[in-house]
Amino acid sequence: MIESLLDILRNNAKETPETMAKLLGVTPEAVEAEIARLEREGIIRGWQAIVNDDLLPKGHVTAVIEVRVTPEREGGFNRIAEQVSRFDEVDAVFLMSGGYDLLLFVEGESLLSVARFVSEKLATIHGVLSTATHFKLKTYKQSGVLMATPGDDGRLVVTP
Amino acid sequence: MGLPKSGIREFFDIVSTRQGVISLAIGEPDFDTPWHIREAAITSLEQGKSHYTGNAGLMELRRAIADYVRDRFGGDYDPAHEVLVTVGASEGLDITLRALLNPGDEVLYHEPCFVSYGPEIAMAHGVPVAVETHVEDNFRLSVEALEAKVTPRTRVLVVNFPNNPTGAVLEREDVQAIADFVVRHDLILVSDEIYAELTWGGKRHVSFASVPGLKERLVLLHGYSKAWAMTGFRMAYVCAPAWMMDTILKIHQYQIMCAPTSSQWASLEAMRQPAEDMAPMLRAYEMRRNFLRASFAEAGIPMHNPAGAFYAFPQIAKFGLSAREFAVRLLDAENVAVVPGTAFGACGEGFVRCSYATGIDQLKEAAARIARFVKTL
Repeated sequence: MIESLLDILRNNAKETPETMAKLLGVTPEAVEAEIARLEREGIIRGWQAIVNDDLLPKGHVTAVIEVRVTPEREGGFNRIAEQVSRFDEVDAVFLMSGGYDLLLFVEGESLLSVARFVSEKLATIHGVLSTATHFKLKTYKQSGVLMATPGDDGRLVVTP
Repeated sequence: MGLPKSGIREFFDIVSTRQGVISLAIGEPDFDTPWHIREAAITSLEQGKSHYTGNAGLMELRRAIADYVRDRFGGDYDPAHEVLVTVGASEGLDITLRALLNPGDEVLYHEPCFVSYGPEIAMAHGVPVAVETHVEDNFRLSVEALEAKVTPRTRVLVVNFPNNPTGAVLEREDVQAIADFVVRHDLILVSDEIYAELTWGGKRHVSFASVPGLKERLVLLHGYSKAWAMTGFRMAYVCAPAWMMDTILKIHQYQIMCAPTSSQWASLEAMRQPAEDMAPMLRAYEMRRNFLRASFAEAGIPMHNPAGAFYAFPQIAKFGLSAREFAVRLLDAENVAVVPGTAFGACGEGFVRCSYATGIDQLKEAAARIARFVKTL
């Protein structure tokens, strides 16, 4: 049931327990209990709207920042990664293989505020060797959702 | 020739005049073909693969088909001589019947069924003999019904499970009993298993290809339209023993030359990770099936348990309307399209076909409207 339930919720986190129960062939109470379990176990970490920032009257700036750091004797990359994660500006942090170590998604109100975050806060952390900041220009797809308005159902209305 | 106009076509003409219809009348997946498959077709065109292939289809593809049929259906076919790539399973059925039938040969097939079986048999100069299936048996095909219709002139039996329009599937004992019937009466069995991957409730499709000793009498039809959501590619295949395939291939080669090349490359790509491609679609179909069952039960509309394909076949006889009247009035009152069961044979009277190859939001709305409609009857 877990995969199907997550399919439903990824598509529409606001689906009612009654509809989910019909889809899964169980009772609404069983659905609610399963969701509570997934939340308790940390499999579902939260509930968020998928927002197309590009359409907001006052847009945000999103930057992707590649960070190279010096790993530490005890704990490797963890201390710096966790320190970076605490900043409100930082939306997501990943440890990566390849030419750099940490990949950050950073949100700001303007180019200037992101630039200031990088130069004043991020680059000055002990152990950060270098940063490379890339600004997002346009969103085409996010969280599995295409941002363009979906086209019509291309099928004929009645087929055998 | 007196071929009837397709009942589906007639209903299409009515529905297509209206705006904003929620259609449960569509016999094809709502999912688009997985992107890596579409991309393979595009790449093949970029690479200039725009020429004929061999008559039977790309050898790589036939090998992949033979592997898939062995793993998934339990059938053993030589890709060089026993696998043919066709333009949809419809072409496969047509050329098979024309290869097998002499004028006046009788062909058994079961109703309710896909709209083209009867006409295709007639076009191959055969005599279509319909065998009814019933809701009381979950629309499984019984050997008793077959025995009642078989004659010394019967040459072929055509079956389709999982079934369009009923959603019926066969159990292993049904498959064995029908296979025994075919052997007993010295028939050829043409098994259209286009919905093979779409089975629900933990049931797994039992293919006639898995019946020991049946291969010499079996033509297996399968393809990419349903499980891979590739209807527009028009790609399917025929598996048959070499002695039958010789003739089937002759007709194919004179009539079609070869299946479209870019579609063949797409199908080869489709064979790379079928389980991964199908899993999300299959999960969605099964949930929608559950949803329709629960919704119809709530609305007091009786329905057998559809265990395969993506069709529900609720019984609407108790509302006192014919299937056609029900469908037309539902369309008028609530702008929801379903297909009258009679489009699939006379014994479909009293039923309508509801496809759940439709997004859940539309399905929810349609179920609510149908429930509201039947309250007015």
